[in-house]
Amino acid sequence: MNANQVLSQFQATGVQTCFHDRHIEPQIYAGLDGTNWRLKDYEARGGYAALRKILATGEGEGLTQDQVIATVKESGLRGRGGAGFPTGLKWSFMPRQFPGQKYLVCNSDEGEPGTCKDRDILQFNPHIVIEGMIIAAYAMGISVGYNYIHGEIFQTYDRFEEALEEARAAGYLGDKILGSGFSFQLHAAHGFGAYICGEETALLESLEGKKGQPRFKPPFPASFGLYGKPTTINNTETFAAVPWIIRNGGAAYLEIGKPNNGGTKIFSVSGDVEKPGNYEVPLGTPFAKLLELAGGVRKGRQLKAVIPGGSSAPVLPASIIMECTMDYDSIAKAGSMLGSGAVIVMDDSRSMVESLLRLSYFYSHESCGQCTPCREGTGWMWRVIDRIQHEQGREGDLDLLNSVADNIQGRTICALGDAAAMPVRAMIKHFRPEFEALIQQNRNSANPAHA
Amino acid sequence: MISDTTRARFDKEVAKYPADQRQSAVMACLSIVQQEQGYVSQESEAAIATYLGMPEIAVREVTTFYNMYNQQPTGRYKLNVCTNLPCQLRDGQKALHHLEHKLGIKMGETTADGLFTLQQSECLGACADSPVMLVNDRTMCSFMSNEKLDQLVDGLRAAESGAKEGV
Repeated sequence: MNANQVLSQFQATGVQTCFHDRHIEPQIYAGLDGTNWRLKDYEARGGYAALRKILATGEGEGLTQDQVIATVKESGLRGRGGAGFPTGLKWSFMPRQFPGQKYLVCNSDEGEPGTCKDRDILQFNPHIVIEGMIIAAYAMGISVGYNYIHGEIFQTYDRFEEALEEARAAGYLGDKILGSGFSFQLHAAHGFGAYICGEETALLESLEGKKGQPRFKPPFPASFGLYGKPTTINNTETFAAVPWIIRNGGAAYLEIGKPNNGGTKIFSVSGDVEKPGNYEVPLGTPFAKLLELAGGVRKGRQLKAVIPGGSSAPVLPASIIMECTMDYDSIAKAGSMLGSGAVIVMDDSRSMVESLLRLSYFYSHESCGQCTPCREGTGWMWRVIDRIQHEQGREGDLDLLNSVADNIQGRTICALGDAAAMPVRAMIKHFRPEFEALIQQNRNSANPAHA
Repeated sequence: MISDTTRARFDKEVAKYPADQRQSAVMACLSIVQQEQGYVSQESEAAIATYLGMPEIAVREVTTFYNMYNQQPTGRYKLNVCTNLPCQLRDGQKALHHLEHKLGIKMGETTADGLFTLQQSECLGACADSPVMLVNDRTMCSFMSNEKLDQLVDGLRAAESGAKEGV
């Protein structure tokens, strides 16, 4: 065997994470098997019918830009990348009459620890993202778009490039799409290992060929985005939801979820479960049901805690999360956030101090260094948690951590600062005795640091 | 400095962007150079700067900002093992330690024969596949139990000695 043959034995097949029968009413992952990602397969699943519908290339009169945006507003679709901002509303912010170039950007820089849903979408159903982007571009009168893909999933980037070629050859992309007056060029770009580029303005900087350091907002991308032009940025899963909404109507989408939380959502369930993977279920599905789909807590252990929306989301103890439904409003009410839908499950054998230590190292490592509170504060929190973990903790360390977190949160250009501070505060809030016990161990030992 | 083949790949990337925004292709050009040469040398940075019409220091800013660009030559196979929290909960750390033991090096080091560089990495975006490892930036290896890690290392070693002997 040559080296490539050796490596090919270890490729993910998607069977474990995506091609299982444990989705509930899936829209984005429906009917996928790993081999049917090509254009003809997507068309056979009803793909590009939504685009044909709005462009009126078949029966019917087509949809105006306003009608497309109204439909998306009616659907209740909220941004799937983390912030949960209403998509239709975001689209309406785009100054459609702006005379110059405007851009559409897809944020596929999926690096929020716990999140691995967009990779499976792009790998196994790339055309659904392409179609969603074309529809969005039509609605906002945009002629050029980019999909910025996480550099770590290069095979997926190559796959997406191949899908783009198929779409161009079939007349879905390019000049005068399907013989209409609408033209849209779409290209793929990639990152190369910087968590911060998942932040939308850092992503734009990176697309411009610079360091990925976030911009101060305002101005927001809708007025000053890529190359200083009006730009709309949505997450991969958000675009992937659009074709279904156009085909079936906004009301039908909203009906699948619950009020203000329309549609299905893909949850990436990782950590201490029997069957980690992606689960597409209606928003509002009880957490207990999602846990059951993922095979329950590993080895029959007890649930201890869950980080419900990616590593930046505040942790919730088992007693709280078990009462939650999985939607934006329920998780927010419980004191956390749905974020990207990355559900990190921890069983009763886990040390919260050790878990937080790894997260705080991550944020310290990935801080772009632009804002002092984040640059200095993330490293400081990491060092304090490190000494607590290694029984060198001092009295007052928990107050110190909270104080540093307070001085980061809300005091930086972008949300990475908040993302670093929130896990620290939530861990201490919900699991304080665990931290105190480790600090106490140091005080009881003959540690010279206390002499 | 830039071969015709490489230039053709560069051209394809530049064509994605407006004519006055060639710099946008810098990420792709650097990754192409790294794929072909194993790392990004200062000469490559200079050549890319000239090609894209941007200051050399602006290229360097990019190389040094993004984690995956190799600023020095690495082993023939760069193994990046994710140890972030979701992976830590599913033996990511254990996989890293197993490789340290197997290869006889610590993370961050390269084996004496120049075959392997071992690194800890941040989230690869494949959390449900843990333990996961990225090989030479472009190939993700999933569900890497200790047994599979052994297979991978032994397999690559065999492939290399086979290639050397012309088998």
